[in-house]
Amino acid sequence: MLKELNKNKIMFLMLLPTLIFFLINSYFPMVGIYYAFTRYDFEGGLFGSPFVGLENFKFLWQSGMLLKLTTNTVGYNLAFIILGNGLAIFCAILLSEIRGKVFKKITQSVMFLPYFISFVLLSVIAYNMFNYESGFVNTVLKRFEAGPVDIYNTPWIWVFLIIIFYLWKNLGYSMVIYLAAITGISDEYYEAARIDGANIFQRIWYITVPMLKPTFVILLLFSLGSIMKGQFDLFYQLIGNNGVLYNATDIIDTYVYRSLKVTFDIGMATAAGLYQSLFGFILIMTVNYIIRKVNEDYALF
Amino acid sequence: MILILSLICIIPFLLILSGSFSSNESIVREGYHLFPTDFSLEGYKMVFKFPTQVLKAYGVTIFTTIVGTALGLFLITMAGFVLQRKDFRYRNVFSFFIYFTTLFGGGLVPWYIMLANYFNLTDTYTVLIFPGLMTPFLIILMKNFIRSAVPDELIESAKIDGANDFRIYFSVVLKLAMPGIATVGLFLALGYWNDWFTSSLFINNPDMYQLQFYLYNTMNTITFIDQMAIGTGITLSQDVPTESTKMAMAIVVTGPILFLYPFVQRYFVKGLTIGAVKG
Repeated sequence: MLKELNKNKIMFLMLLPTLIFFLINSYFPMVGIYYAFTRYDFEGGLFGSPFVGLENFKFLWQSGMLLKLTTNTVGYNLAFIILGNGLAIFCAILLSEIRGKVFKKITQSVMFLPYFISFVLLSVIAYNMFNYESGFVNTVLKRFEAGPVDIYNTPWIWVFLIIIFYLWKNLGYSMVIYLAAITGISDEYYEAARIDGANIFQRIWYITVPMLKPTFVILLLFSLGSIMKGQFDLFYQLIGNNGVLYNATDIIDTYVYRSLKVTFDIGMATAAGLYQSLFGFILIMTVNYIIRKVNEDYALF
Repeated sequence: MILILSLICIIPFLLILSGSFSSNESIVREGYHLFPTDFSLEGYKMVFKFPTQVLKAYGVTIFTTIVGTALGLFLITMAGFVLQRKDFRYRNVFSFFIYFTTLFGGGLVPWYIMLANYFNLTDTYTVLIFPGLMTPFLIILMKNFIRSAVPDELIESAKIDGANDFRIYFSVVLKLAMPGIATVGLFLALGYWNDWFTSSLFINNPDMYQLQFYLYNTMNTITFIDQMAIGTGITLSQDVPTESTKMAMAIVVTGPILFLYPFVQRYFVKGLTIGAVKG
């Protein structure tokens, strides 16, 4: 180690700031996991707070909180992964078959645009469209004499709205990645298929779709790894502190954030965060293990 | 089909733009429309009635975006360069050290308490910049990019010519990795520009609010005033154009992104195509 250090002194120095960054930003906070086992008091700090063992976890479990948060978090993420990838692949294929260059460029740019805006603006958009008095949707409904609907007090609608907003914001980004993969497919395959008399649907089904599989698997693995981490910004900006909607829309991240900012439940919030981290960690390890068994090339590590 | 999807992507922007140019009265009476029925600039007038707050938030965001992106790029490219060097023995150990943070972490609360109570970063510019400097994903992206853009032989020959590692990085690698740098830079800049979360956790001084958090706060305050008005029966919205002000505010905050978007989008697509797909 010392010899290597001496030999590559400069390279070590170049890497040092990055290592310090992750030490401060990620590794030091791991010590704070201890809060999950204490009843936090502001005087005592980290080791001055009374130790309560698994009480925080027990409370989370008994209140049904843990179960609700887990189903919501995992459920939404599965919907994001399945619908998000499906729609992105579908659009990428459609777009790749369009010949008009200008039209293609413009549509791609337009679909990528939502990725660039902030989540705060997203909440403004939601407000603009769905608020009770002047929202666009209610304006239209009123014209057909069917409204208004109080969307901000109707939890089940938000299940769909959150998924739709997610798709809306991320479609362009994942589509670009799939488009890149399609561009990488050699033209010779298509030539050969054309000579064999394959029509456009056969070409898509037997060439494009199978060729997208590696990209799909990689993206799938990455998203499975973060299945316990919700899209905090998305949920918090759309729902905020609207308690009426919590049952349908609360995920671990929003719960932890509220516990920290609003109710100051440090021990509980840390416990929920630790549960999230551990559950996610075990999940990734399992998925990776299974994939390594099936096909080593696709494994993450 | 694609046309419909594109329309769905663009219509919300039109709604906000139209709302910002509508008179408040017409919004309250008829709701939001795709095109303003009653053209008016009162929303914008209201936003710029007290320009210092908006401008300060703009200043904070521009400052953190520039400094954060520059510093982040410098550190990420250096790390990426070192981690892809085959003659650097511990590159896999350090790569895992970085990657592991995506697998397991302490969670939000310990992170917050440490930065706020142990590093005393509340109400500092450091806290607005530091957490966003790098992510494992960006480092991996950069590492892959440098590996595919800079041939090993080139580094080898520069070494024989007597250049040290920093010199090689600075005068050879940086020039060849430009498309990757542009992509990662855009990711960083976008992150800083759209950040509201850091302010909401660490900033109490309104003069230091980031732009997005300022927008978020204004929206909430106006909505709150509105609801108070409904509760007490005093219709404040006749004196203050609340609805059009909200939309004008949103446009003022988002404007630069929409304006720059056509120019930067190209680089984004290019860089993603090269860096991400090869994994």
